[in-house]
Amino acid sequence: MIRFENVYKRYTGGREALSGVTFNIEPGEFVFLTGPSGAGKSTLLKLVALIERPTRGTVLVNNQNTTRISRRKIPPFRQRLGIVFQDHKLLYDRSVFDNVALPLVIAGASRREIEKRVRAALDQVGLRGRESHAPITLSTGEQQRVGIARAVAPRPEVLIADEPTGNLDPELSLEIMELFTRFNEVGVTLLIATHDLELIERMPSRRIRLVAGQVAGDSGAEKA
Amino acid sequence: MYALRHYFGLHRANFVGAIMRIAGQPFASATTILVIAIALALPAGLRVAVNNAAVLSETWQSVADFSVYLKLDVSADAARRTARTIEARDDVAGVTVIDRDAALAEFRERSGFGDALDALDGNPLPHSLLVRPASGIAGDVEALATAVRALPEVELVQIDTAWVTRLRAILALAGRFVDLATVLVGFAVAVVVGNTIRLEINSRSVEIEVTKLVGGTDGFIRRPFLYLGLCYGLAGALVAAAVVAVGLLLLGSPVRTLAALYGSGFALRGLSLAETGLLLAGGALLGWAGAGLAAARHLRAIEPR
Repeated sequence: MIRFENVYKRYTGGREALSGVTFNIEPGEFVFLTGPSGAGKSTLLKLVALIERPTRGTVLVNNQNTTRISRRKIPPFRQRLGIVFQDHKLLYDRSVFDNVALPLVIAGASRREIEKRVRAALDQVGLRGRESHAPITLSTGEQQRVGIARAVAPRPEVLIADEPTGNLDPELSLEIMELFTRFNEVGVTLLIATHDLELIERMPSRRIRLVAGQVAGDSGAEKA
Repeated sequence: MYALRHYFGLHRANFVGAIMRIAGQPFASATTILVIAIALALPAGLRVAVNNAAVLSETWQSVADFSVYLKLDVSADAARRTARTIEARDDVAGVTVIDRDAALAEFRERSGFGDALDALDGNPLPHSLLVRPASGIAGDVEALATAVRALPEVELVQIDTAWVTRLRAILALAGRFVDLATVLVGFAVAVVVGNTIRLEINSRSVEIEVTKLVGGTDGFIRRPFLYLGLCYGLAGALVAAAVVAVGLLLLGSPVRTLAALYGSGFALRGLSLAETGLLLAGGALLGWAGAGLAAARHLRAIEPR
């Protein structure tokens, strides 16, 4: 589902964020991307979402070679990908409903379909009935769940998340992780970057550990 | 079919959204719209002025009357015969014969040269004719004059249409000037809208970034801004049309008074329906184009990081 082949990412100025990263994530896997700050976790996720492109090497997502995706083809590519951000990236001038509906509107879903899917997504994250609320009136944890609802509303096959629990207390973090586990149970492939080792300690998921831009450990490497 | 409905649904939503956005910040919007309106009212007002002047110059057809002086030895009877000959032409509305004696009497009375005239022996004035060309042959008065000049009894044709011709030429020039001003003002309006849209794009960079992140195409992101530009242009054009209408209303009464003093029933004409339509469509199009230029330049710069 997500495959990195000897990927390098060097930023202008010479800093090398990734140095020869190789791994393969099968469909339906739940993978944590761990490592200290500055190890290249965010960069790796940006390459998956085509926010950035690798300097060298190949990144395959959904069996598509991302280096061959032109700028114009990025939007349809991203429509098939769910992305959750540490800072939620909600739009504060519109309601919870409109925030979650955004990817569906872009994809051209019908009004009825949009309403159905937004309700279903909000239901899944435990925010049923909050459609008309303004995001600013919600707590940080609730806002993060709106962000997750937006990511899963179009039913993506792959969900990536960059420090989704970065701003949350342990209890809320655990809730979010349980949420991700439920998505995984229905077949969504997840790649979640986190430095919160304590949180994922109890989870049986595969871990890819990045240190200084290189894979320093992969608990599921034998599958690759 | 569904895709089409969805497409138009998006457009309607963008259009409504643009109106809401303009209404949501009334002061800033009003400033922008007023600038566009004043810019558009300038060529629109000039166009109305030129149109009215053209209409007025048409009503001055009677000024194209010209005098025909016959040869001194042409008798009064011959003068009347000549008058009938000229009058028979299709392009002549009427001919008045001015008898040489009557003309002398009038000249003596009005000119104040009575004593000087007494010093002359006999009447130095010939019989003359006042020819009124048929209306609607403005350009052909010259041809008529040439035909009249060719008659054997005619000594001199004094035609004073040159100034009418000049006026028409000046009006044509003014019309061209208005065209030029319209083009320049069009650019200005596109730039004003473009600048407003640039600010709008900057203030909505988060929204643009998020939309790009969840797979929004360039077209999807651009469209609300295009509609915003269109609404600004359209609103500006509407206000411009209103400004011109109010201006005409204010000038209407004094113009009628002035026209009455000249014995004319002339009344100011406003923008025609077609011209109003052109003004509105032009404003909307310029707004759209300005927004398109700004969007092309600035939307690309906002990429997720």
